[in-house]
Amino acid sequence: MIDAVKAPDESIVIKVRDLVVGFGSKLIMNGLDLDVLRGEVLGFVGGSGTGKSVLTRTILGLIPKRSGQITVFGSDLDHVSFQERALIERRFGVMFQQGALFSGLTVKQNVQMPMREHLKLSPRLLDELAMLKIELAGLKPDAADKFPSELSGGMIKRAALARALALDPDLLFLDEPTSGLDPIGAAEFDELISTLQKTLGLTVFMVTHDLDSLYSICDRIAALADGKVIAAGPLPVMLASQHPWLRAYFHGKRSRQMEAFAS
Amino acid sequence: MPQDPRFSSEPFGDTIRFSLFGDWTIGASRTIEAAAERLLAAALATRCAILDFGGIGRLDTAGAWLLDRTRQSLVAKGIDARVEKLTPEYGLLLKEAGYRDFGVLPRRRHGSLIGLLADVGASVVNAGRDFFNGMSFLGEVMASIGRTILAPRRFRLTSLVVHMETIGLRSVPIIALINFLVGGIVAQQGIFQLQYFGATAFAVNLIGILILREMGVLLTSIMIAGRSGAAITAELGSMKMREEIDALTVMGLRPIDVLIVPRLAALMICLPLLTFVADMSAIFGGLLVAWGYGGMSPESFLIRLQSAVSLHSFLIGMIKAPFMALVIGIISSIEGLAVEGSAESLGRQVTTSVVKSIFMVIVVDGFFTMFFASIKYF
Repeated sequence: MIDAVKAPDESIVIKVRDLVVGFGSKLIMNGLDLDVLRGEVLGFVGGSGTGKSVLTRTILGLIPKRSGQITVFGSDLDHVSFQERALIERRFGVMFQQGALFSGLTVKQNVQMPMREHLKLSPRLLDELAMLKIELAGLKPDAADKFPSELSGGMIKRAALARALALDPDLLFLDEPTSGLDPIGAAEFDELISTLQKTLGLTVFMVTHDLDSLYSICDRIAALADGKVIAAGPLPVMLASQHPWLRAYFHGKRSRQMEAFAS
Repeated sequence: MPQDPRFSSEPFGDTIRFSLFGDWTIGASRTIEAAAERLLAAALATRCAILDFGGIGRLDTAGAWLLDRTRQSLVAKGIDARVEKLTPEYGLLLKEAGYRDFGVLPRRRHGSLIGLLADVGASVVNAGRDFFNGMSFLGEVMASIGRTILAPRRFRLTSLVVHMETIGLRSVPIIALINFLVGGIVAQQGIFQLQYFGATAFAVNLIGILILREMGVLLTSIMIAGRSGAAITAELGSMKMREEIDALTVMGLRPIDVLIVPRLAALMICLPLLTFVADMSAIFGGLLVAWGYGGMSPESFLIRLQSAVSLHSFLIGMIKAPFMALVIGIISSIEGLAVEGSAESLGRQVTTSVVKSIFMVIVVDGFFTMFFASIKYF
């Protein structure tokens, strides 16, 4: 196993073993192993169409798997009751690539939706917490009463993050959070994720192509190719890897330019 | 297991020290709010309050917000409120999720006499605007058709054939079935009611004229408005939502040429054909019922039918069909293009499209009846 992290089981939040996922005769994941450790920001990279989003959706239970085992917070998702699963899912915060905001609700109502459904809070606190999350995500208060169709791409990302944070999740899934943001906005976003991770002890599973995010906030990086995790580890390990795709990814023209500018 | 959020207080002098315990997290929902309110009430009587964070198990943004809100409302009342034994993480959290005033959050106002009057006014204005939009859209479509006639090579034949299949061919079974049933029902009632007058044979006149002039075309139009009109609105609406229509425009293509004219042409070709199918199956249904229920042989049914209906009755029905198609096509296209960003708006426009189309089909039918009566064409 390439990704055999020597860590005690209780510090592993997501443990994926021998995962096989396919559509028709095409296998997207073929014997994939992955560990996400408690309190870390894991950056998940891979070429377009290799199945990064498919893996995220499989862990979330949105796509059925053919075989393999997925353990989240120490419970095997195949062997939990509906109620236990709902409790586990309440600890997830998910930010979809396109935001997936409910188009018929305002930003504030979107953020309040999970709180309203799962908790009993006074209307005042409900309003205040929603506004807090909206502001934490970097939106101005006047965006709260806008509908998703009135928001720009970057604002949609932020609103989606605010909703993902609504229940103060333990585990945050981010699908390309900084794509479509300007560099300043992306840096603020990274900063925010890092602050939340430090203060709330958040575990973040982040699918990203943003080399800046990988350099600045990811504790570990896992790379996906050919249906498997080809390498996982902190940035220096990934930089030293001899795998051709990883070499092209981290030592390609764009990343070299960035390093040159950075130094 | 999560620990309930709670606190203990020990007063000394005019200072009170609150030691906080447990998990101050959002999962405890109402409990943390209640605890914070109790703490606030207990502290109001003193001059100085100390919040001891040392015993807190877990803290999240909700807990930090509430505790900071409590502290700040104490400060606002002139009480010296301080925080102690704060770990660096919680300090950061208190800073990030600290209480701040968002001002008065605007509420949407609703329900007042003025609001009602404003709504009435707005709907009158909208009705006028609808008519105007319909006319201008019709003009645009006519211009587009004119351009197509001048340059027939630009016409999208493939698209036309596809829409003729979905709108026309695939509607044949359901249209034939409902008209067959309605024909049978009209025949049964006609025979049953007319037998009191000994005029059973006139049921054939009833069936023939009613079906050919009105029922065939009306039922078909209503069915197509519900089936294909809704589909057109939904298709155009979701294309609008996903900016596909904008993409067409910036490619230098006119959405009306590409999307609407083929659909409209398909509707105008298919609706008369479907009306013919409807007429025939309704008469066939009437024939079977007259035979089985009224004891009238098919031969005598057909002979009576021939003398009862003229070619005019048939043509009146058929002439109306393309106009019905135009009404349905225009309304469903306008409604489709009126869709805004949200899924709700799509649902609303599809509903509006179907309701308006059916209403307008019936209104247009009424106008045609008056028109044919005044030119003495029957």
